[in-house]
Amino acid sequence: MRYNDTSELEISLLLEAIFQKYGYDFRQYSEAHIRRRVMNRMAMSGLSDISQMQSKVINDESFASELLQDLSITVTEMFRDPDFYRSLRENVLPLLKTYPFIKIWHAGCATGQEAYSMAIIMQEEGLYERTTLYATDFNPQALKRAKEGIFPNSLMKEYTSNYQSAGGKESFSSYYISDHDNVIMNQSLKKNIVWANHNLVTDSVFAEVHLILCRNVLIYFDKNLQNKVQKLFYNSLINGGILCLGSKESLRFTDLHEEYTELDKKQRIFKKKY
Amino acid sequence: MSYEAIVIGVSSGGLNALNVIFSNLPQDFSLPIIIVQHVSPRSNNKWIKLLNDKTNLQMKEADEKEKIENAAIYIAPPNYHLLIEKDKTFSLTIDERVNYARPSIDVLFESAAEAYKDKLIGIILTGSNADGTAGLKRIKEYGGLTIAQDPATAESGYMPASAIAAVKPDHILCLEEIIKLLIKINHSNYN
Repeated sequence: MRYNDTSELEISLLLEAIFQKYGYDFRQYSEAHIRRRVMNRMAMSGLSDISQMQSKVINDESFASELLQDLSITVTEMFRDPDFYRSLRENVLPLLKTYPFIKIWHAGCATGQEAYSMAIIMQEEGLYERTTLYATDFNPQALKRAKEGIFPNSLMKEYTSNYQSAGGKESFSSYYISDHDNVIMNQSLKKNIVWANHNLVTDSVFAEVHLILCRNVLIYFDKNLQNKVQKLFYNSLINGGILCLGSKESLRFTDLHEEYTELDKKQRIFKKKY
Repeated sequence: MSYEAIVIGVSSGGLNALNVIFSNLPQDFSLPIIIVQHVSPRSNNKWIKLLNDKTNLQMKEADEKEKIENAAIYIAPPNYHLLIEKDKTFSLTIDERVNYARPSIDVLFESAAEAYKDKLIGIILTGSNADGTAGLKRIKEYGGLTIAQDPATAESGYMPASAIAAVKPDHILCLEEIIKLLIKINHSNYN
């Protein structure tokens, strides 16, 4: 047999080392997921076992940074799940419109595509001028790319199709300037986005907001960590505030599911009770 | 040898193949079956309901953290990878595509092999890419039972042929023979 269960112990020691040395806490992440990412990095880096990797991670900061990128999933797209964004526009924005100013927290924004999607919707609904959009992630490299707002031209076809399916009102190409290989998102979209480093596992409440989007982040966490982060969200939302989760995420593993009503069950949109 | 779970990887031509298998498995089939069928990211997996209505088997999309139960059939949701944890629960991820696929057969098979070790049966059916080959190899390394559909009998023979070339599976069978073998194993498991 190639692997045995000592690898489980070695992975947990590796995660402990990353936490002790760099403060990034993956100890309550899904084990199968972490194992897969760690084994891939091991194969790519030519290391022979996880203990070796542990020593390298402690002594080699650039290697640690690479591993951090492996463990932080930045897969995203503009208007990912168009039906969700359609529901957001139809069911959530009418509620947000009633507030004189609107604070939105996009938690785990990765490279920012969904934050820009949100900015576009707010602009089209005439709400952007009174909106502050906090877009946070714990991965500094992803956050840097999000802030730049430069994306490969090759993705625009898919993004445009998503935008249209999501009920977009304009021509999607009016939101960016295109050069040969890349597009740059309009400055007017960035104006009210506050990009910030925030770690859901180790950081706490930083603002009281009307809407939280955190989609396909919690699936990577175990039940205890999910519960902890849900408490953070609950404490960050105003009464009547809205929580949007990924299409396979729920409030099942929290003590808080009685504290929300379902605004759109299928699209996983919840409203905090008054 | 007693087994605890079956994983199936299937791509193009899969709906017909799964239809044949599940129309012929008995109601009392108790080993859990976990399936990755390649579908488009926006698929609504409606075929699960159609097959369910037809077979009366308990078939559903796998949920995150869901506990794997006997006598149940789980399908990976579109646009997510499906993994199995050591405690026999599911995890879902949106990681990059593997072999151009999300869900990927390799991702399911590799994590299943680590969770079930030699108590796992892995089956590669019809399909036209090489997803599943690495996963079936891992199942074999852990001592699980490996099965590929006979490429000559598959709607699309590429995927089982790729697995056969790399893994030398324990059995190369047509669908009818696979069904018979599964029923036999299931029977000896619980008697």
